[in-house]
Amino acid sequence: MSKMHLLDAGIRKKWGSSSPHFCWFKSSFSEKTTWYNYCNNHVIKNCQFPPVKVPGEQKAMIFVGGVISLDFPREQLKAFYRTMYTIRSFEERCNELFLAGKIPGFVHLYIGEEAIATGVCATLRKDDFITSTHRGHGHTIAKGADLKKMAAEIFGKSTGYCRGKGGSMHIADFSIGMLGANGVVGGGYNLAVGAALAAKMRKTGQVAVCFFGDGASNRGTFHEAMNMAAAFKLPAIFVCENNQYASTTPYRTTTSVENIADRAVGYGVPGIVVDGNDVFAVYEAAKAAVERARAGGGPSLIEAKTYRIKGHFVGDPELYRSREEVRERFETDDPLKNFRKQVLAANQLTKGELEEIEEQVQEELNAAIAFAEESPFPEPEELFQDLYVEGWGEACGK
Amino acid sequence: MREITFAEATMEAMAEEMERDERVFIMGEDIARQGGIFGQFKGLPQKFGFERVIDTPISETAIVGACVGAALAGMRPVADMHFVDFITVAMDEVVNQMAKIRYMFGGQCTVPVVLRAPDGAARSAAAQHSQCLESWFVHVPGLKVVIPSNPADAKGLLKSAIRSDDPVLYFEHKDLFRMKGPVPEGEFLVPIGKAKVVREGTDVTIVSYSATLHKALKAAEALAHEGIQAEVIDLRSIVPLDKETLFASVKKTGYLVIAHESTKNGGVGSEVAAVVAEEIIEYLDGPIKRVGAKFVPIPFSPALEPLMLPQVEDIIAAVKESL
Repeated sequence: MSKMHLLDAGIRKKWGSSSPHFCWFKSSFSEKTTWYNYCNNHVIKNCQFPPVKVPGEQKAMIFVGGVISLDFPREQLKAFYRTMYTIRSFEERCNELFLAGKIPGFVHLYIGEEAIATGVCATLRKDDFITSTHRGHGHTIAKGADLKKMAAEIFGKSTGYCRGKGGSMHIADFSIGMLGANGVVGGGYNLAVGAALAAKMRKTGQVAVCFFGDGASNRGTFHEAMNMAAAFKLPAIFVCENNQYASTTPYRTTTSVENIADRAVGYGVPGIVVDGNDVFAVYEAAKAAVERARAGGGPSLIEAKTYRIKGHFVGDPELYRSREEVRERFETDDPLKNFRKQVLAANQLTKGELEEIEEQVQEELNAAIAFAEESPFPEPEELFQDLYVEGWGEACGK
Repeated sequence: MREITFAEATMEAMAEEMERDERVFIMGEDIARQGGIFGQFKGLPQKFGFERVIDTPISETAIVGACVGAALAGMRPVADMHFVDFITVAMDEVVNQMAKIRYMFGGQCTVPVVLRAPDGAARSAAAQHSQCLESWFVHVPGLKVVIPSNPADAKGLLKSAIRSDDPVLYFEHKDLFRMKGPVPEGEFLVPIGKAKVVREGTDVTIVSYSATLHKALKAAEALAHEGIQAEVIDLRSIVPLDKETLFASVKKTGYLVIAHESTKNGGVGSEVAAVVAEEIIEYLDGPIKRVGAKFVPIPFSPALEPLMLPQVEDIIAAVKESL
């Protein structure tokens, strides 16, 4: 079977009858990287990203990387796995600790979506910005956050990133450009637009990535942010994590289009659909969008198709879907399994190497959770701390 | 001292701060090419370029949200909200993002954003272009709220607001833009959180701010003819509230009237009255009186609009009821 046929079959498997009208992909089988357009079964070689407008076709581009992009340095492959495995394990620990009553508040887990944060953040500089969501642990880890401070924050301890003021839904690390998780769905878009505006004004070459979900794509802020970023040609990348559920509602029951990336057409920016459970595909799509943004080409919209393995929050009774559906998806399309299968089959990494990473991560997590558990809660006098810079919050609150 | 208009004073403050700090920029609807709907930005883009005086789409959530994001990335943005009525469109950005981010993230960042919001009823602009909404923001920890009544304070408070590392809501009454008054040239700062006694008196304290302050002064003038010496305080900042100046005056006069253009119910007057009643009620010799707009949307007709707004006569009547 030719590469194109493989590609086509892969796309159909993933998205059923809604096969792409248009896609672009990168082939690195030969020494030279070649970009292709794939449009209604026609292949255009050596295209540019974003591809030129295709006559009569207004749908978003579908990007597929996957098996054809395994020419990464081993260190990069190890880093992908380390990040994905850290997120997975961190979330599994959060799940256990929450159910054990050790974590207050709400926790929204990123299990099943690890390849997106990992692939996207691997294309970013340390000083690039990201804005995150209520389901933000994965983004925070992928951007390079300290697991100890993260865990402590989730426990509400004073050693946490936000001194216990934020919790799971509001972790930020400004030293690595992580401008914060956001408890308001769709609240992060415009913060990313502003960060991108600042980068453009100061000519720093930084970009801003906004992670959001399929549910958030229906907020009005999506429109305002996309339009402003496009109108001002800002270095922003909008990454939709389409995990199929807007909280507890299947997204297709409340969303006007199958592919959220189709909406990019309305803003005159590239819209890219990518397999969100394939870290290579996500990486390639993000890399192209980031390069475009840095070069002054303006924003892109990437829709990463994925599936939320856990409920909306820990404790969600999940009345809106069957256990079989979840099991089937997890068994057949787990981003970590996908990765392992690919790198092992291509002899890029050995089983031993993967296990070594897993052991290291588990140790690091043990240390992080022990640190969080042993850390003190904030003191009562910290209640008004950091409300105002001038520090008269207490006087106002009396 | 030279006299300039309120609008010119705000422009001078903007220009001086943009000159002083290249991180300062301003964005909003119709501000660059049009110069602002009240002419308050005329000439600014010619001085600083369209990159720092930015015409935005009609997208209030993007305007406020982008200001917050830019601030987090190291800038010191100012936004013009066009009319305060439109700030309602961006309430999430103001209340959940701008106000909370510093605290919520444990002080990792500052959010030096100024939102300028022209407010107030003027020439039958009707229900959605005439409101005074400052009291809403008194209820939100994390924000500072300032509201000048004259050109000098307009300049001094705007400069202080831009230099503040905390987010500031800056309300400017539409009827004041053309008001002329003495304004110091160059460096002139009015501290945030300091009220001003604008007329001394011994018999009653009238607390007011913004355009209504001038009605309060007229009322005080009329009362003086009847032998009642009213002390008039211009709050200038609503958050934080200058309790020191307020309490000193009430302790002296024993009577308190608060007057503002925003709706009386749940207005700033309610907060001022409550604070005084809670903390120094023993100094009061009569009931506290509030004067504010009636609890009704602002009607269009010139025959109705003045009926819902507080007038000089209402302030005089309130003082007399209190004494």
